[in-house]
Amino acid sequence: MTHQLLVSSSPHLHTPVTTRRIMGDVLIALCPAMIASVIYFGWRALMLLVISVATCVLCEYVSRRVMKREQTIQDLSAVVTGVLLAMNVPSSLNPLELMFGDLIAIVVVKQMFGGIGQNFVNPALMARIILLNSFPGDMASWPVPFAADASTSATPLGILSEGGTYTPDYLQLFLGNRGGSLGETCALALLLGFIYLLARKVIAPTIPLIYVGTVAVLSFFMGRDVLVDLLCGGLLLGAIFMATDYTTSPITTKGKVIYAIGCGCITMLIRNFGSLPEGVSYAIVVMNILTPLIERATRPHAFGVPRKKEKEAAKQ
Amino acid sequence: MELNFPKKPFRTHGGAAVPHRKHTAQQESVVMPIPAEVVIPMQQHAGAPCVPTVKRGDSVTVGQKIGESTAFVSAPIHASVSGTVTSVEKVLMPTGASVDAVVIQSDGSMTPDPDLKPPVLNSKEDFLKAVRESGLVGLGGAGFPTHVKLNIPEGKTVDTLIINVAECEPYLTADNREAIENAQSVLDGVAAVKEQLGIHRVFLAVEDNKPKAIQMLRQAAEKTSFAAEVCVLPLRARYPQGAEKVLIQSCTGRVVPMGKLPADVGCVVMNVTSVAFLADYLKTGMPLVKKRLTVDGPAIAHPQNVIVPIGTRVKDILAFVGCKEEPDKVLMGGPMMGTAIPNLDVPILKQNNGLTCFTGKETHVPKATACIRCGRCVSGCPMHLMPTKLETFVQTKDIDGLNAYHVMDCMECGTCAYNCPAGRPLVQAIRLGKGLVRAAGGAKK
Repeated sequence: MTHQLLVSSSPHLHTPVTTRRIMGDVLIALCPAMIASVIYFGWRALMLLVISVATCVLCEYVSRRVMKREQTIQDLSAVVTGVLLAMNVPSSLNPLELMFGDLIAIVVVKQMFGGIGQNFVNPALMARIILLNSFPGDMASWPVPFAADASTSATPLGILSEGGTYTPDYLQLFLGNRGGSLGETCALALLLGFIYLLARKVIAPTIPLIYVGTVAVLSFFMGRDVLVDLLCGGLLLGAIFMATDYTTSPITTKGKVIYAIGCGCITMLIRNFGSLPEGVSYAIVVMNILTPLIERATRPHAFGVPRKKEKEAAKQ
Repeated sequence: MELNFPKKPFRTHGGAAVPHRKHTAQQESVVMPIPAEVVIPMQQHAGAPCVPTVKRGDSVTVGQKIGESTAFVSAPIHASVSGTVTSVEKVLMPTGASVDAVVIQSDGSMTPDPDLKPPVLNSKEDFLKAVRESGLVGLGGAGFPTHVKLNIPEGKTVDTLIINVAECEPYLTADNREAIENAQSVLDGVAAVKEQLGIHRVFLAVEDNKPKAIQMLRQAAEKTSFAAEVCVLPLRARYPQGAEKVLIQSCTGRVVPMGKLPADVGCVVMNVTSVAFLADYLKTGMPLVKKRLTVDGPAIAHPQNVIVPIGTRVKDILAFVGCKEEPDKVLMGGPMMGTAIPNLDVPILKQNNGLTCFTGKETHVPKATACIRCGRCVSGCPMHLMPTKLETFVQTKDIDGLNAYHVMDCMECGTCAYNCPAGRPLVQAIRLGKGLVRAAGGAKK
């Protein structure tokens, strides 16, 4: 018998980019925002980040064990969810409440629908919405940055929504020196992460740019302060890190455009006409749910298939 | 006549930045000593297999026809060494099919067939007959009989000849060496084809990572009488640039309609080695009996291009080139589209252009994890398909879905599976999908 060789289906080369590396890149991109949150909101921010990540990973581990499925904690997606959820809550939140959110995100939204790649909405966002509705008081009290005591303030959009007056200091808004959830305040840190994700080709710029662009245009026509709308209310965090979630956004480029415009419109409708101060979470979740439909409607045009117009022209 | 040559290639969609690994690009090809025995399968082309015309005990000479078929889509097969036929037996092909093969014991003299003479060409029919008799098939890998390709059906006009020197597969440099070492033959072949088919626009399409080949082809093209009709077009070095439909789009901007052939958009695409061989055949009458192969990969001690008689067993070639380590996986062709062979007794066929030898960690097949819907397979697909969707349809055996998402138009270039961060075997799934569609009665139009 001659020496037997290994056989497998082509291709026999594979990219070094794996799911784990992609999730790792997202975590690296989130680092500036995490550092900013610790600078502004102190040790509580760090504590919430650690608790959230630990709870998510534990939930993922246990649920995979219980369901007798292959373990997936090594792909780092649970870590990303943990960081993102912590980024979306105020630093004063009770850690137990945050852990409840993590449980919802990982067990209910992600694992019960089949785990990574199968959830129909972004786990961190859905958990945030549930926290918002379960603990409305705690989720809407925003500690002031650098505050030694537990003093809180309303967010800029919150003040505007209540009909109050707010004189924005754009530089401070850009740097993140304002009340808000952990990760949403520092635009600079979020943009650094955005640049990193683009450089590593983890995401295409389509969704963030069109989302933010739509918000800017609508804000202008609604007569609002465009810069405040862009820098406040978690728009950048949502547009860069949440709306671009692979699983819950359309695969096709055309689909991404529609999805991002939808996110922008819903965000501004809620901000301008709704009773909530900001609508990024709801906007993205609604568009998440529409994603399969958008995708079906924007199937890429296969190479060499005559387009409708050409078909009609050929008939005549 | 003003010819319409683009200043730069037209844009194409998708692809992957695969590593080039063209270690052998600068090395002169080496002629391998005659092996003691060759195994010549009767199917070395797309189409009907040949029937052996020799039997055990016959003595044969180099270039003597030993297999022929009456079918139109087929190409005759010739003895690649002189010697004695020791048996006609079934052999297992890399594709898994079992075909007849003529085994010839070499006498070491390489005596050419005394009846060989250059073909006399008085008409286009003579030319096509000569092409068939030469045994030429698409040497880039597809193995489609060239006389069929050049027989342009009535009613179709072809205005462009594209010579494929893209060679986008990692490791492989056989076409690159052909262009460098035989640039003159390439242009002679171009002259013959363009004269016979009446074509006045020729592209020599080379990926821009082969500057030497571009230079040699340009020099040779300038010396011809039809220099103004030839354009050596450097293409972006991005896989799968050498795929026929991608190449046509890069050069001419034309899109081959789904299910149609290049001739439907006025193009003929020929591999560079095919066209150079054709020129030599028209001069000497010696049919296709040898092939240049790139032997490379981490298991190989001295990667190089070797010229071997067709039918040489892989083990003889590896013994000649020398292995650093025992290879665990040997690919006929490059790593993107090559076929993994089951053992080293497999013979070299006409359309083979490389042996890639992997060992240890390179043989690692990634473990498939869940699809994260990153969309890299969709954005990379040169045919604008949705591999991840096709995979789902295969899992649910959804024939309508497979048809609606054009599974049959996948060319299996492997870009999707290369790009997949979850390591999903997308090409394998698509092959299964094609099988499902065929079993259900073929693609619906």
